[in-house]
Amino acid sequence: MILKSAEKIGVIVLGGWQTLIDGVSLLMQTLYWIFIAPFRANPELRKPIDFKAVLGQMVFMGSDSVIIVFFVTFFTGIVLAMQSAHQLSKMGGTIYVASLVTISLCRELGPVLTALVIAGRIGAAITAEISSMKVNEQIEALDTMAISPVRYLVVPKFIALFFMLPLLTVMGDLFGIIGGWVIGIFNLQINSGLYLEIAFKFLTLKDVYSGLSKAFIFAVIITMVGVYQGLKAQGGAVGVGQATTRSVVISFILVILADCLVTGIYFCSGF
Amino acid sequence: MNMEHDSVLRIRQLSKVYNGRQVLSDVSFEIKRGEVFVIMGGSGCGKSTLLRIMAGSIAPSSGEIIFDGKNIGSISGDDKDKIKKKFGMSFQSAALLDSLTVEENVSLPIKEHTRLDREVIHIITAMKLKLVGLQGFENYMPSELSGGMKKRAGLARAIALDPEIVFYDEPTAGLDPVVCAVVDQLILDLTKKLKITSVVVTHNMESVFRIADRIAMLYKGKVLQVGTVEEIRNSSNPIVQQFIKGDIEGPIQMDDKLSEAMC
Repeated sequence: MILKSAEKIGVIVLGGWQTLIDGVSLLMQTLYWIFIAPFRANPELRKPIDFKAVLGQMVFMGSDSVIIVFFVTFFTGIVLAMQSAHQLSKMGGTIYVASLVTISLCRELGPVLTALVIAGRIGAAITAEISSMKVNEQIEALDTMAISPVRYLVVPKFIALFFMLPLLTVMGDLFGIIGGWVIGIFNLQINSGLYLEIAFKFLTLKDVYSGLSKAFIFAVIITMVGVYQGLKAQGGAVGVGQATTRSVVISFILVILADCLVTGIYFCSGF
Repeated sequence: MNMEHDSVLRIRQLSKVYNGRQVLSDVSFEIKRGEVFVIMGGSGCGKSTLLRIMAGSIAPSSGEIIFDGKNIGSISGDDKDKIKKKFGMSFQSAALLDSLTVEENVSLPIKEHTRLDREVIHIITAMKLKLVGLQGFENYMPSELSGGMKKRAGLARAIALDPEIVFYDEPTAGLDPVVCAVVDQLILDLTKKLKITSVVVTHNMESVFRIADRIAMLYKGKVLQVGTVEEIRNSSNPIVQQFIKGDIEGPIQMDDKLSEAMC
């Protein structure tokens, strides 16, 4: 019994270790095709980045996600304002709802909520696309044509999300602040000018930077998990579904873990 | 057909173990330049794995695949890519990229590996599509094509870079007899017109005898016999005879077939 349990733990640990190695190797390959391959001396081996594909991905990942990011962050701003007003009013500090909503959104909720929404929308789409290509032999077809699937499929997605997620995060922060402002002026009867003054009075650039730095890390996590799960998919339509589910679940967990880790680092370093 | 050719691909003592299962065992043969070489065998006998190893998609566990004096199984990176550009692969499912049109699919390897102008690429693509009888279908999406048309489009993509060898994985699977004959004729025409070597994996015996110059019979991961069409037809090996005649009775037992089908 104990031996079997130990065996199971061993299998899980080894599997996790192998996944980590494969994931890092995939990231290294992606970085190679972005930073080294386009600048190789031999013109035959020099492979430029396909900026047309990057632009297409940016539209899909960025512009097409604005509405869903708006709904999630705007209403979160509203809820946050209402909940904090309820508590702060007991201490006569209702006016500080403005700064609490703004700082919470910029430092924490904006980046995390946007990343979770994007993990659900884009991470799932990346895995579904790549896993479906994998089970239909399209990835193998690219490989037999000496076209790197990492260069052709992963690089445009990686670059696009790396720039789009921070932009969406900034938009999410703003939508959330507007949500809080709506409650502030219509429900808490705070003067609009005063609300905005308090909202930004205590907000520092550090708060914005710390939130944005997380968005870059989350973008890497979402793309890599999505691609990795897609490339590992096996077994037809069922395999595609399982890979997509796994991709979203793992992205969610890793985003929260990374958030905890980065916040911990900032907290300990007084940032 | 003229059989006075030199070897273009040499397979030596090739073995492949996959997930603890011996898929290929001590496979050796030579493929001659300009011939249509057919690898036949039942489902799950390892013939598609052998094709993928020869095409450089997967690595063997041991043994050598010699092309242009290099062992494909032991090289990687740029050297392997250089060799892959001399190969074309036609997949069982055609494996066209479903987000691209037929023209974009066929022109993809040309765009990726050459610095030709867009107009020149367009002309080459049109030529390749004409060779497989798909002129006029440039702007179709793969989902709008029939099974036979998809295979032909896949074939046009396989020959896009004027390869030396084209590998065909079950080129006639799932096609009606007339389309099968059309695809077979296409393989023969392309081999002759483009002076390429064709390596075909199939278990369709009609196709085998229609197109093959030489045949290798694979059974349970091992090569039973390599020979010309006549030599295979007149083989004294009871397994080969049972396979080509499709007899139920013989050394290939239903249990074997069922276990192969499960693999």
